[in-house]
Amino acid sequence: MNTADTSISDEVAKLAAEAKDRLNEHTLKTVHWHFSEDTGSPFWLGKKAELNFDPLTDVKSFEDLKKFPLFEDEWLRGGPLARWVPKGHAGKPTFVFETGGTTGIPKSRVVIEDHWKDYELFSDTLPDKYFPRGANWLMLGPSGPRRLRLAVEHLAQHRGGTCFCIDLDPRWVVKLIKKGWMEHLEEYKKHCVDQAVTVLTAGHDVQCMFATPKLLESLGEALEERGTSLQEVGIKGIFSGGTEFTPQWTRFCVEEMLGGPAEEGGVYMTPTYGNTLMGLACSKPITAADGYKISYYAPQPRAVTEVVSFDDYNQPVGIGETGRVKLYTLTDEFFVPGFMERDEGEREAPFEMYPWDGVSGVRPFHELASATTVGVY
Amino acid sequence: MITLSPLRWGKPYESLDFTDVVHFDTGEPIARIGNVGGGIVGRDMRQAHKAREALLQFSTDDLLEKCKRAAVLFESADLQVGDSTQSVDQFVHQQSASTGLPEHMCRSNLAKNSFVLANMEQILDCLTRGLDLSILSRGYGEEGRGVVVSYQAQTPILGAVLPNNSPGVHTLWLPAIPLQIGLALKPGSQEPWTPYRMVSAFIEAGVPAEAFGLYPGGHDSGGAIMTKAPRSMIFGSAQTVAQHSGNPKVQAHGPGFSKILIGDDVVDDWENYLDMMVESVLSNSGRSCINCSGIWASRHTKEIAAAIAKRIGPVDALPPSDPNSQLAAFTVPAMATGTYAMVQQDLAESGVTDVTAEFGEKLIERDHCAYLRPMVVHADSPDRGVVSKEYMFPFVSVVQCPQAEMLRRIGPTLVGTVLTADQALISAAGSSVDIDRVNIGPIPTNRLNWLQPHEGNIIDFLFRSRAYQTADLPVAAASTS
Repeated sequence: MNTADTSISDEVAKLAAEAKDRLNEHTLKTVHWHFSEDTGSPFWLGKKAELNFDPLTDVKSFEDLKKFPLFEDEWLRGGPLARWVPKGHAGKPTFVFETGGTTGIPKSRVVIEDHWKDYELFSDTLPDKYFPRGANWLMLGPSGPRRLRLAVEHLAQHRGGTCFCIDLDPRWVVKLIKKGWMEHLEEYKKHCVDQAVTVLTAGHDVQCMFATPKLLESLGEALEERGTSLQEVGIKGIFSGGTEFTPQWTRFCVEEMLGGPAEEGGVYMTPTYGNTLMGLACSKPITAADGYKISYYAPQPRAVTEVVSFDDYNQPVGIGETGRVKLYTLTDEFFVPGFMERDEGEREAPFEMYPWDGVSGVRPFHELASATTVGVY
Repeated sequence: MITLSPLRWGKPYESLDFTDVVHFDTGEPIARIGNVGGGIVGRDMRQAHKAREALLQFSTDDLLEKCKRAAVLFESADLQVGDSTQSVDQFVHQQSASTGLPEHMCRSNLAKNSFVLANMEQILDCLTRGLDLSILSRGYGEEGRGVVVSYQAQTPILGAVLPNNSPGVHTLWLPAIPLQIGLALKPGSQEPWTPYRMVSAFIEAGVPAEAFGLYPGGHDSGGAIMTKAPRSMIFGSAQTVAQHSGNPKVQAHGPGFSKILIGDDVVDDWENYLDMMVESVLSNSGRSCINCSGIWASRHTKEIAAAIAKRIGPVDALPPSDPNSQLAAFTVPAMATGTYAMVQQDLAESGVTDVTAEFGEKLIERDHCAYLRPMVVHADSPDRGVVSKEYMFPFVSVVQCPQAEMLRRIGPTLVGTVLTADQALISAAGSSVDIDRVNIGPIPTNRLNWLQPHEGNIIDFLFRSRAYQTADLPVAAASTS
C-alpha cells in the first residue's frame, strides 16, 4: 500500500480491489498460456530455460511478474517472426506491425486479432452522441507497416461505418527532419492534409475521425483557410493520440479550433495513448476545470501501465509523483512482463470509470529526450 | 519568480505549458516561461494585418518619437515584464543568470539596444537613403525630382526566431515598429529578457500593444513563424543559414567569420594595431558575429599570435557580477565540451599551433555550466581547416597568407577590417563580394556604425521598390459615400 490508496473513495477502492482480482486471475491465465508447451510461443518457451524460477508454478499474481527480467525491445528487432506466434494460435493468419518513425531495423510485433479487440474495447468508451453509429470515418495518420490504419478501419466498421484512409509515412518525415528539408516537410504535410480536405468536402458523410495532433492542427487550419471548419464539414468526434498531446495543445484545440467544449456545441475530442505493444489507453474525460489535464488508463487487464521510480523499476511511485512509464501486455497473442517505455509522467489515481492506476503528463523520458526525434506525427 | 506569458497581439495568454529558466551557475530557478505551439502562432498570423493597421494609425514621426521614449524606458525605467515589475538591475541580473554573460556585458548590450532605439530617426534616414518615411507609409509619393516612387510593404509583420544568448542582435528587428510593421517574435528560451522588456517599453511609450506577438515555445512555434510570416529573420548556425539560403522570405543571421586583413605596407608595424586586434577578438566574450575570428597577414604572424595570446591567454572565468569578468559561461556544459573537442581536432592538423597552450587548461567545467578560456592558434597556411572556423568564445586564428591571395581565400566575412594604405588593396577589398561590412583602417570589427546597414538592409527586406503611375480620370468619379 502506498499513498495512492488513501486518497480514493471507498467505492473506488472497492472497484479497484475487484479490478486487481481480475488482473491477478488474468495474469495467471496469460502466463500459463505463454509458458505451456502446448500453447506457448517458441520465444517464451526458450526464455523459460533461462529463468531462475518456473513461471507455471511461481507466478501467482500480477506482482509476481516482477520476477521476470525487463522485456528488451531489441528482442523485437529482426526475425524470425514465427518465434513470437504462440503454438495455441498456430496456422492462423497473422499481421506484422512495426514501430513508427525509426529508420533502422524496426521493432516488429506479430498480431492475429489483438488490434481488432483493442479497438472494439475502445469503441465501448466512445459516446454515440459524438461518434454516431453508422457514420463514416477518416483516418489521417501513419499506415504502412503500422497498425493504426487497420485498427481504425476496424473501429469504423465495428461501429457500422466505412473508413477513408490517408497515409503519412513517419519514416520519411524523420528523414526530412534529419536532412533539414523543412520545405519538403511542409509540402508533404500539405499533401496529406489536401487529401483529407478533399475527402471531407466530397459528401461522404464523414462524422468521426482519427488524426495525429500535428495533422489535426494542420487540417483545421487548411479548412479555415478555405472558409470552413472541422465542425462545419460535419465532424462530431475526434480521437487523437501521441506524446505530443499536451494540456496546452488540448486547450488550443477546444478553445480555438473545435468550436468550444463538446457540451457547448463544439467537436468532441478524446486523447489516446497507444503503441504496437500495448494497444490503446483511454483518457479520463478532459475538462477546462481540470486544466485540460490528460490522464491515460491502460485497457486493463489486457495491458497495464505503472509509473515506477527512476531508480527502481519494480517500485511504483506515489500518486501524483513522477516516474518512468512501465508497460505490461497480457494477451493470448503477446506477453510483455514489464517493458520500460521511452516516456515518463505522473502516477494518477483510479476512478470509477477506470478503477486502476493511470498516468498523466506523458512526455519523453528525460534521460532519453535529447536523443529522440519527437513530434514526428 | 517571474512568469513570462505569451503575448498574442498585445493580449497576454495564460499558457498551461511552462519552461523553467535556471541560473547558469547555481541551477536556481529564476523564471518560468509559458509556451505556445505552432497552432496558436498560425492562428494569430491570420490576423497579422491588424498589427500593421494599428501602427498605421500613427505617423512615422509619431512612432519615431515613441521609439525615443521607449529607449529611455528600456534603459532606465521600472517596467512591467510578465507578471512582475522589473528594474534595470533585475533585468541585468536575470539576463546574466540565464545566458552566462557577465553583468557588465549585459549592461553594455542594454545600452547598445537603447542607443539604436534612441537614434532610430537617423538610422532610418541612412537606411532609406533619405527617403521621406511617409512614402513607405502611403506606398507611393513624390521624392522631389518630379518622379513618383513607390515602396510596397511585403508583409504586415516581421517574424523573428531570436537567439538564446546574444542580447546585442535585437537591434536588428527594432526598426520594424517605426516602419509600421508589426512584430511576431519567438524569444530565445534562455534570453527572453530583451524582447519582453523591449516590447514592454514600446507599449509603455504608447506604441499600440496590438502590434506585438511574443510566442515562446519549442521548434514548433518558431517553425510556424518562419512558415507563416511573409518576412522573418532567424539566428543560428552556418547550417541554419544554409538552410534558408535563397529564400526571399527569410533573412538568416549566422556566424560572421569577421576578419582583420593586414596589408604588406603596414604589417611590419603590427604592434600599433594590437589593442584593436585584442578588442576585436575578446569583446562580448567573443560571442558576436562581429567578433574577429581570423587575422590574416603575409608575415610576422607568429609574433602577432604570440602577442595576442599574451594579452588574452591569461583571461580566466570570474563571477558574472565582477566588472572585470571577460568570459561568458556556456550554460549548457555539453556545448563547451563539444566545442573543445572540435578545437582539439583543429589542432591535430599539421601546421596549426596552439599559441595559448602555455596559459593553462582551457576547458573549465562547473556543476551547472562550463567555460572555455580564450585561445589563439597559428595557421601556417590558409589551407588549414581552422581558418574557416568560428566558435562561441574568444578564439582567433592568425593565418599566414600572401597578400595577393587574401581576398581570394578569406571566404564569407561579415566584417572585414583592412589595415592598409595600399589603394589597390583598398579597391579590391571594396569590390570583394565576400565582405559585407568593409572597415578601411584600424576599426575594431566589433565597432558598428549604426547608420550603416548590418547584414542586409531591413528596408530592402520589408519593402519592394516598384512602379506606380497615376492619371486623372476624364470625368469626376461619383461619390461613394
